[in-house]
Amino acid sequence: MLLIDCPFCGPRNETEFTYGGPALAPRPADPGAVSDADWVDWVTVPPNPMGPVEERWWHSRGCGAWLTIRRHTVTHEITEVRLGR
Amino acid sequence: MAADPHRLADGGRIDRSRPLRFRFDGRDYQGFAGDTLASALLANGVRIAARSFKYHRPRGIMGAGVEEPAVLVELEGDVASGNRPATTVPLIEGLAARSVNAWPSARLDLGAVNQLFARLIPAGFYYKTFKWPDWHLYEPSIRRLAGLAGAPKEPPERAYESRHAHADILIAGAGPAGLMAALVAGRAGARVFIADEGTEAGGALLNRNLTIGGQPAKDWVAAAVAELAGMENVTHLQNATVWAYREHNLLMVQERAPGNPSLLGRNWRVRAGQAITATGAIERMMVFQGNDRPGVMLASAAQAYVNRWAVRPGSRAVIFTNNDSAYAAAADLAQGGVGIAAIVDSRAAVPDHAMALVPDIAVHAGQAVTSVHGRGRVRGVSIAPCIGGTARRMPCDLLAVSGGWNPAVHLYSQSRSKIVWDKRIASFVPAEPAQAVLAAGAANGAMGLGDALAEGAARAVAALAALGQRSDVPALPETDDTPYTVTPFWTASGAGAKAFLDIQNDVTVADIELALREGYSNIEHLKRYTTGGMGIDQGKTGNVNIIGAVAERQGITPDQVGVTTFRPPYTPVEFGAIAGRRAGPVVLPYRHTPLTRWHKDNGAVMYEAGARWRRPGYYPRAGESFQDTVNREARCVREGVGIYDGAPLGKYEIKGPDAGAFLDWIYTNVMSSLTVGNGRYGLMLTDDGLILDDGVAVCLAPDRFLISTSTGNADPVGQYMEKLLQIERPDWRVKITNVTSQWANATICGPKAREVMAAMGSDIDLSPDAFPFMAFRDGQVADLPARVVRVSFTGELSFEVNVRPRDLPALWEAAMVAGAPFDIAPIGSEANHVLRVEKGFLSLGHEVDGTVDPHDLGMSWVMSRKKDDFVGKRSVELRRASGRSRRELVGIRPLDPNRQVPEGAPLTPGGRKEATEGFVTACVWSVVENRWLGLALLTDGRARIGGRAHVRLPDEVIEVELSDPVFHDPKGERLRS
Repeated sequence: MLLIDCPFCGPRNETEFTYGGPALAPRPADPGAVSDADWVDWVTVPPNPMGPVEERWWHSRGCGAWLTIRRHTVTHEITEVRLGR
Repeated sequence: MAADPHRLADGGRIDRSRPLRFRFDGRDYQGFAGDTLASALLANGVRIAARSFKYHRPRGIMGAGVEEPAVLVELEGDVASGNRPATTVPLIEGLAARSVNAWPSARLDLGAVNQLFARLIPAGFYYKTFKWPDWHLYEPSIRRLAGLAGAPKEPPERAYESRHAHADILIAGAGPAGLMAALVAGRAGARVFIADEGTEAGGALLNRNLTIGGQPAKDWVAAAVAELAGMENVTHLQNATVWAYREHNLLMVQERAPGNPSLLGRNWRVRAGQAITATGAIERMMVFQGNDRPGVMLASAAQAYVNRWAVRPGSRAVIFTNNDSAYAAAADLAQGGVGIAAIVDSRAAVPDHAMALVPDIAVHAGQAVTSVHGRGRVRGVSIAPCIGGTARRMPCDLLAVSGGWNPAVHLYSQSRSKIVWDKRIASFVPAEPAQAVLAAGAANGAMGLGDALAEGAARAVAALAALGQRSDVPALPETDDTPYTVTPFWTASGAGAKAFLDIQNDVTVADIELALREGYSNIEHLKRYTTGGMGIDQGKTGNVNIIGAVAERQGITPDQVGVTTFRPPYTPVEFGAIAGRRAGPVVLPYRHTPLTRWHKDNGAVMYEAGARWRRPGYYPRAGESFQDTVNREARCVREGVGIYDGAPLGKYEIKGPDAGAFLDWIYTNVMSSLTVGNGRYGLMLTDDGLILDDGVAVCLAPDRFLISTSTGNADPVGQYMEKLLQIERPDWRVKITNVTSQWANATICGPKAREVMAAMGSDIDLSPDAFPFMAFRDGQVADLPARVVRVSFTGELSFEVNVRPRDLPALWEAAMVAGAPFDIAPIGSEANHVLRVEKGFLSLGHEVDGTVDPHDLGMSWVMSRKKDDFVGKRSVELRRASGRSRRELVGIRPLDPNRQVPEGAPLTPGGRKEATEGFVTACVWSVVENRWLGLALLTDGRARIGGRAHVRLPDEVIEVELSDPVFHDPKGERLRS
C-alpha cells in the first residue's frame, strides 16, 4: 500500500485515494489544431515506463485534491507529489 | 531407556504434567502442552502422515517448522483450516486433524494406485494431454484428484480482525539476531515492533544446545524477552508471521490465536520507518533416489525434535550432509539416545572443527547416499563414493539430511530489494536494498550465532542512525557456535524419477531433465512447466536445489540460472484473516432513500439499482404475477398518474464565475446560454469521444447551475469533473459540490400529474405556458419548500418534486392522498424501464456501454456546432471522418409479438453462426403496443430500418423487425403537455 504525502493532509495510506491514471501531457489548448496522429497518441497511448512515471491520484477520502505524483514503477518510490498537474 | 520408545524421559520444552488428547486421521493419540501436531505424531510413532500431491506416495514429517514440505493437514472443528503444515500447528486439547491428500487415511490410501502410473504423468503431462478440445472439460475432475484441502464449509465462529500500527523499526524474527536488534533499538527508545512465527521466541536457539555468555542460550532468550516486555515502546508478538513486505515499508503480520478468546486471528498492517529482516535460514534437502521415504528428515528437524520436543525421531540414524551443521545435529541425536550408524559427507575432506563434535561416530567423507531401502519407511540406505565405486548398504530407520542452508530472503526480496548468489555459502543473500530494509544474521548469510548477535546489534544501530538517532553497538557476549562451511552437492548419482526436488509437488530430477530437453531452460518457465517451487511451501526446501540441478545439467553456475520471484504470503494466510471484519455488506454498505420504510411497508420488492442504492423494483398486489405488476404500473403512468422515488438521482451544484464555461466544456451542448429557471438535457463525453453520462443542467443563477447524473454514475462523474477542473482548468473559478443527498425527490408522472400537483397545493403556477417542459420553479408543494423540475424519463407529463430528504416521506404521503381520486400508484424501476424503452430514451449500462457516441444513438442534435471545443469533440469528429460502419440504435419488434428476446442477446447476419453485428440492449412488454419490443445496437442499423435482423440464441433464431427506436409519442407532445 502506497504512502502518499498529500500537500494538505500529510502522509496518508493509498486507501484514502483513487487512482486517476497516468499523467498525460496538458490537453491541447486547441484540439482542432493538433494532427490526427498526435491527438490519437494523446488520447490512447499513455506512458508506461519501467521506471519513474507521473500519475494522477485523487484524495477522494481526504481533502478532495487531485495530485500528480512521480512514482517508480519497480520500487514504488515516490519522489514528488504536487497539487494539480 | 524410557518406557515410551519415542519420547525422552526428560528435557525438551514440553510440559509433561499437561497431557493433551488429539485425533489424527480418525485415531486417538496423546501429546503434551508445548508439542506441535508433528512432534506429537512422531512421539506416537506415526511415520506415514501424508500422501503426496501427484503420486500419492507415503510421506512422513520431514521438517520442524514452516519449511515442512510433506505433511499438510486439514484442521476440523472450531479451528477449521486447510493445508496447514503439521509442524506449524500447536497441539491443543481435542485437536482433530486429517491428512489432506489421502482417503481414507494416509496410512491406508486408495489413491496410492497413482504410483503405478507415475511414469505416465511426468512434467507438463496435463498441458500435453488435456488440451483437446478444451482444458476446461477436464479441469474439474483433475482439480478433485489434485491433493489439497477443501475450504472449511462453515464460516468460523470466531472472528478475524485487522489492526494498523506504526513503528520506527519493525523486526521480523525473534531469533538471536532479531532479539538483539530489538534490545538495542528498544533501549534507545525507538518504537519497536517485533514479530516471530514461533509459539515462543528464540528461533533456532530453541532447537539447539548452544551457550551465550557461558549460560544456556535459552536463558539468554528468556532474559531478552523479559527485558523487552518491560519496555513500553516495544510491541513483541509471538505466533505472528510477517508474511508480506509491501510498498513504502508496509509489512503484513498475521497473528494467530491472539489473547482475546473471541478472535481466531489478527492481521496487522504495520508501517515501519525501518525494517530488519532477521528471519533465519532454512535447511535444504539432499537429492537422491527415494529421498521422500518416511524416515528421511532434515537434520535440523531431527535435532529440533530431540532437543525441543524430547522426541526420538528414529532409533538408528544415518546422517547425510555436505556441510558442518549436521555434525552438531548428529551429536545432539546421539545425546538423545539415537544410535548413529554413520555420517556420510559428500565433501572429500571434513573440517576438524566438525570432526571434533563427533569423536565417537564413523564419518565417511567423499561418499553419498544413492538410494533408500524400505517401502513404507526407511529401512536402510545405499552409500557409494562420490567419484564412483561400489555401493554398500547400511541399515537404519532415520536418514537425517542436510543439503546446506538458505538464508530466508523471502521478505527481503518481496521488498523488491536485490538478492545475489553467494558462493561462500552456496545460496542467495541480500544485496542492495530497494526500501528502508536491513537483513541480519542467518537471513543475511551470517550463519554463526556470534555473527547473528553482532549483526542484530549492528543493524539496529544502523536503523536508528537512519532515523536520526545515535547509538552504540553494545558489548556482545561470548558464544560457542562452530563455523559453517559447505560444498554444494546438488544431485546424487542415479538421481532420476524418484529423486524429489520439490517434495510437495512431486517434482523429480527426471521432470527437470525432461523440461530442459523440451526447451524450458529459463528458470521462470521451468517453474511453471514442472510446478517446482510452487504450492503451500513455495519450495522452501527445494528451490535452490532446482536451481543447482539446472546449473549442473547445463554446465553453468547457479547465479547464471537466476532465481524465481519471491511473492507473498511467506506462509499460508487465511482469506478471513486478510478480510478481517470487512465482510458481507460491511464492505460496501447499501444506500437507502428516506422512503425505504414506506416501500417495504407497501410490499415493494427491493433491489439494488446502481451505486448500492436499494430501490423498489415493483409493488406486487395480491394475486399478481411479476409481469402483471409491471404492466399495471406502466399503464398507470401512461393512462393516469404514478409516483416514483427518485431520491438516488445524482446531483451536483456547479458554482462560480466560470461555471457556464465549464459546463459548455464538459457537455456536448451549450449550457451557458440557459436563462435562470430553465434547463437542458445534455451528454457528457470523455476525450475518447464516447459517452460518459447524460443528465439535465438547470440554471439557478447566472453563476450557479444544478446538474443531474445517472444514479449509478454519480460518483464517477464527480471524480471526472473534479479531475478536469483541477488538472486541466485550475485557473477557472468553479466550485463543484455533490448535493445528491441534500435533495431527495418524488417524480409525479402521467397525464393526470398536473391535477395531482394542484390537489397537493402549490404556490407555483403549474400551467404549461407558465411552467414549460425543461423549466424549474422554486416554491411550496404540500406546504413543503420544494424545487420542482419538469423533466421526464417516462415520456409523460412529469413533475420532479425535490425537497429536503427529511421532508420526502411527508411529500410522498401528501401525493398519495391528493392522488387517491386519480388512482395514483407507486411505480418501481421495472415499470420505469418499460416506459423509457417505449420512448427510446437511453439508459447507462444498456444502450450506453462505453463504446457508443451520440451519433450512434441518433442524437447528433446534442453535438453543438457552435463550440470550437468540448471534451470529446475532436475524437468524435476523427472517428466519423473514417467513415467506418458503426453500431446504431434501432427499435426491434419480434415477428412473433409474444416472443420475448433476452436482453444482451447477439444479432448475427441471418441468425447464422457468424460474427455478431450487434446486440439487444433492452426488451420489454409494451403496454402501448401490447407486445414485446425493444432496442438494439446494430451495425449500420439506421439504414436498415424497415428491414429485419436475427437474434441468435443457443438453440433458436428469433427474427425481428427493425424500426425507429421511439415507439411512443415520437413528437414528444405528451411530455411537453
